[in-house]
Amino acid sequence: MPRPGRTQAPRRRPATAQRPNYLGGVAGYVWLAIIIIPIYWVVITSFKPQSAYYTSNPMLPAEPTLENYQAVLEADFLRYFTNSVIVTIGATVPAVLVSFMAAFAIVRGGRSPFLRFSNTIFLMGLALPLQAVIIPVYLIIIRLSLYDSHLALILPSIAFAIPLSVLILANFIRDVPNELFESMRMDGASEWATMWRLAFPLTQPALITVSIYQGLQVWNSFLLPLVLTQSQEMRLLPLALWAFQGEYGINVPAVLASVVLATLPILALYVVGRRHLLAGMTAGFSK
Amino acid sequence: MTGGSVSARQHGSLTWLVLPALVFFTAFGLVPLVGVLLLSFTSWNGIGEITPIGFENWAAVLSDPGLVHSLGVTFLIMALSWLVQTPLSILVGVFISGQHRYRAVLAVLFFTPLLLSSAAIAITYKALLDPNFGLGASLGIPFLVQNWLGDPVLAIATVVFVVSWQFIPFHSLIYQGAVRQIPASLYEASRIDGAGRIRQFFSITLPQLKYTMITSSTMIVAGSMTLFDLIFVLTLGGPSDATRVLALDMYLRGFRGNMMGPASVIALIIVVVAVLLAMGVQRLGGKDASESRLEGA
Repeated sequence: MPRPGRTQAPRRRPATAQRPNYLGGVAGYVWLAIIIIPIYWVVITSFKPQSAYYTSNPMLPAEPTLENYQAVLEADFLRYFTNSVIVTIGATVPAVLVSFMAAFAIVRGGRSPFLRFSNTIFLMGLALPLQAVIIPVYLIIIRLSLYDSHLALILPSIAFAIPLSVLILANFIRDVPNELFESMRMDGASEWATMWRLAFPLTQPALITVSIYQGLQVWNSFLLPLVLTQSQEMRLLPLALWAFQGEYGINVPAVLASVVLATLPILALYVVGRRHLLAGMTAGFSK
Repeated sequence: MTGGSVSARQHGSLTWLVLPALVFFTAFGLVPLVGVLLLSFTSWNGIGEITPIGFENWAAVLSDPGLVHSLGVTFLIMALSWLVQTPLSILVGVFISGQHRYRAVLAVLFFTPLLLSSAAIAITYKALLDPNFGLGASLGIPFLVQNWLGDPVLAIATVVFVVSWQFIPFHSLIYQGAVRQIPASLYEASRIDGAGRIRQFFSITLPQLKYTMITSSTMIVAGSMTLFDLIFVLTLGGPSDATRVLALDMYLRGFRGNMMGPASVIALIIVVVAVLLAMGVQRLGGKDASESRLEGA
């Protein structure tokens, strides 16, 4: 049934082109509430004295105090934080750089059978879960005498960041117009120079995205630190949270303060680099 | 730098650029994959000698009712997670693909679970659901005052809820991206034909989201097969193994029980089942092999 009047309407985004989407709206806001309530509760509770935790209304702030945060910071939180920063940067930066080099080679030298073979390996690597190989990785780390060290966490983290990083970066490098590469070549630039002076700057959004995404993976990793480290000195934040919960389980506000402290740096990064992170979350997945 | 553009030499010089990545991935991905196969035929306690023992581990694990149980728990959590996450993620994805007044604020709050470690999420829910001091008890909401992690059925339900809480934002994000790519002309055409929003959703949006659904479902399947951190902290497989999923079973046998051989068998079962299921999901979508190969993750 044609309705000529409506076709005159200006083009807008499809999802809002019409009447409001009530079902999606209800689901969206209900889900938003389900997400916010626990987060709000964690933050509120982390500022309560332990005594007030049992007596006050859980959804309302009561006698705000910083003593939980003080307790957490005194419990070596800064050491775990530093460990997490070292391992995250130590794994992410090399992983993204070697992935970028590999992606560049795969895109620019696509006819080479060896590069095609490498690409296939990385694509298959996407399907390889860390859990499946953690036992031999543990064996290798012991044999390399790296057990309970930062390197024990960094080396496998680099390896497991590579397949997805190569896939995403290769997709971006493919989008660089061939004419740009040709004109660099005409100017006599080597492939090495082309890679760093042309492809690297042009791929920067993807590089940031991949770095944030892989950094987040390492920052939140649990199984590797659980299996490959032992001493308190080497703990990363998620493992420290877990251990802290075991030791101070009765002091719920302090445990929750440690959760807030472990998340805060990431949340700050997220507020700044939201677009890049969200792009990274979906890059390589969405059609 | 002028002249001299020998393209053959330049192409040749590219090969080594892939080597660092290939070496890392081979050393900590491919070699261990072969290693786990070899270890599955050995006896090793994690510290001492590694001794070959043939098919003993395989025979022991495959005849162990514990394996069937862990597989069953894993599949149950996988199926329930899919049933909860898929419709909600699509609805929420469609919702957030539209314009909103408080878009930036909403996005920060909405996607916070993506930033939290599974350990942090599990610790939060453990405290939140505590039957004595949790939210339900303090607010006096009878429904919430249950032994969420102490009862086998409730513990499964809790795990599915918390997994969904953690991952629905991610899946709705990829649905949001897909919805935005649907051509507006499809909706305009259907509007001329008088189709309402619900009709449009089922006739345009859902069919157009088919490949995203396959991608998302593949990730739910693969993610469920390797679910570990969250359950480790939340229940440690309890109560009485009710939430002992495959990856946890592997960890407990290997690193707690000091039996790396049987644990290696389970690790291999995880890979094989995950790959088979992922291929099955792709096949359901009618994609050919060359396309699906690109979406293993």
